[in-house]
Amino acid sequence: MYAQLVKTAGTGVKSKEEMTEEERAFQDKIDRDIKIEPRDWMPDDYRATLIRQIGQHAHSEIVGQLPEGNWITRAPTLERKAILLAKVQDEAGHGLYLYCAAETLGVSRDEITEMLLDGRMKYSSIFNYPTLNWADIGAVGWLVDGAAIMNQVPLQRTSYGPYSRAMIRICKEESFHQRQGYDAIRKMAEGTPEQKKMAQDALNRLWFPSLMMFGPSDKDSVHSAQSMAWKIKINTNDELRQKFVDQTVPQIEFLGLDLPDPGIKWNEERGHYDYTDPDWTEFFNVIKGNGPCNVDRLSDRKNAWDDGAWVREGLMEHARKKAAREHAAE
Amino acid sequence: MVEVDKQALLQFLLRMGDNTLVLGHRVSEWCGHSPVLEEDIALANTALDLIGQTQLWLGYAAEVQGEGKTADDLAFLRDAWDFRNLLLVELPNGDFGRTLMRQFLFDAWHAIILGRLMKSSDTTVAEIAEKASKEVAYHLERSADTVVGLGDGTQESHDRMQAALDYLWPYVGEMFDSDEADEQMVAAGISVNPATLREEYGALVGRVLSEATLTIPESRFAHKGGRTGYMHTEHLGHLLCTMQWLPRAYPGCQW
Repeated sequence: MYAQLVKTAGTGVKSKEEMTEEERAFQDKIDRDIKIEPRDWMPDDYRATLIRQIGQHAHSEIVGQLPEGNWITRAPTLERKAILLAKVQDEAGHGLYLYCAAETLGVSRDEITEMLLDGRMKYSSIFNYPTLNWADIGAVGWLVDGAAIMNQVPLQRTSYGPYSRAMIRICKEESFHQRQGYDAIRKMAEGTPEQKKMAQDALNRLWFPSLMMFGPSDKDSVHSAQSMAWKIKINTNDELRQKFVDQTVPQIEFLGLDLPDPGIKWNEERGHYDYTDPDWTEFFNVIKGNGPCNVDRLSDRKNAWDDGAWVREGLMEHARKKAAREHAAE
Repeated sequence: MVEVDKQALLQFLLRMGDNTLVLGHRVSEWCGHSPVLEEDIALANTALDLIGQTQLWLGYAAEVQGEGKTADDLAFLRDAWDFRNLLLVELPNGDFGRTLMRQFLFDAWHAIILGRLMKSSDTTVAEIAEKASKEVAYHLERSADTVVGLGDGTQESHDRMQAALDYLWPYVGEMFDSDEADEQMVAAGISVNPATLREEYGALVGRVLSEATLTIPESRFAHKGGRTGYMHTEHLGHLLCTMQWLPRAYPGCQW
C-alpha cells in the first residue's frame, strides 16, 4: 500500500442514530458489501478521504518509477533490463488506473498532479530512500512491492467500486513484481561474495523503511475507525506490518542472509515474530521532506512537468486545429 | 543457396541488434521524466520492445560467431569500435521533441527494412523480422502521430520539432549506405541493398513531415561511421560506460 497517514475527513464514526437518512442508507450499503459507484450519493468526507488516499497511491506509483529508473540504464543483462522496463511500465499504468479512479470522484489528473508538485499531497515515504546497488532493485520488488501487496489485497474488497476494480488489476501485476524481485535478490544472495554483500546491504537499508510503509500504529485512532467503517481501510497498520514480518523473515532465512534487525525472534506465545519498531522520528522527518531523496524526487517530477508543458500544449493545440478543420469540412 | 560469408552475416546481425540495443537504451533513459504519463508508458514500452528485439538479433549473432558467447556478452563486453549501430540512434535524447523525431526517423527505416527481411532466405532472420515488424508498426504509428501533433501544434512546439529535424537530418543518410558485407547479404538473399530503401523512405517521411508542417533540410550531407564502426560519436562511449559498468566491474557473475 502506498498510502500512509491519510487523514480521514470528518469527526469520527457516527452512530446510526446520529446519521441523517442519506448517511444511514449509505452506511447500510457498505455494511452489506454493496459497492458505491461514482453517481451514488456519498458523504463529502468519504469523497475527500478517498481522493486523498487514491491520489497518494497514484503519486506513489509515479514517483516510484524514479528509484527503479535509476538502475534501468545500468541493468546488468538484457533480460534484467527488459524485466525492469516491464515493471516500471506497469507502475506507470497503475498510476493511470488510479488517476482515472480519482477522476470519478470529481478531481482531474492535472489538479492532483499540481497538488503533488506544490506539496499539498504526499506519496509513500519509501520512495524517498535511494537505490544504491543493483540488489536494491531486487529488494524493492521483494520488500516494497511485498509490503504494498499486503495492503492492496484486502483493498480489492474496498467499498468504492472504481477503486476496488483498479486494485484487482493492480494486485495481479504486483505479485509478478514481487516474484521477480525475490528472484533477482536470490541470484545475488547465491552469487559471489560481492553480490551477497550487495544483497545484505540492500536488505539492511530497506528493511525499516519497508516496515514504515504501513504507517505508525493506528489502533487507537478515531480517524482510522471511520475509514474502516467506510471500508476504505480494511486492516490496522499493525496487523499488516506483523503479517509482513511473519511472511518475510522465513524468506530472509531461505536466502541465507543475516536478519536486518537483532530484535527479530519467534514468539511462541503470540504465534508471531517479535521485531523492533521502526524509528518513527525518522519516519516523520521523511514525511516532512527531510528524507535522503525528497528534494531530488520532487524536483525530478517538477522538471518533467515543467519541461513537458510545451509538449502538452502542442498536442492540445493540434487536437483543436484538427477538430476545427474537421468541423469546417462538414 | 549461396555459401554465406560468416563475417558478413555477423556484421549484418550486429548492425540490426546494435541499433535496437542502443536506441532501446536511449529511450529507457526517459523513465519517470516524460511530459505526460501516457508518454512514460509508451516510451517504456518502446524501449522494452527494442531490448526484446536485441536479445533475438544479438542472440543469433553470437550463435553465428560461434565462440560460445551470449547476447549479453555482445551487449556488455564489446568496446565502442565493435558497435555497428547507426550514429542516429546513439545521439543524446535532447528534449522530448528530439527524442520523438529521432524515433520517427528510425522507425520509418526500421519498418521498411523489416518488411523486406520477412522474405529473407535465412529463416531465423525472417522469423525475427516478422515478430519485430508487428511491434515496429506500432512504434511508427505512434512516433509519426506525435511528430505531426507537435509539428502542427503551437508555434513553440513547431519550432522545437523543426530544430530537432534540422539537427537529426544529417544522420539519416547513413541508413542507405552500403559496403561489401551488404553486397554479400544481397547475393545470399538474406537482406537487401540499403540504397533501394531510400525511395520508399523518402515518400513515407516526406508525407508525415509535410503533414507536420515541417521542412526537410535541403542538404543531403550525411555523417557516417556508425554502421562500419570506423568513427562513432563521442556520445557512444558514455552510453557504454553506464550500460556496461556492472558486468565489467564484477566479471563472471550471474545476475
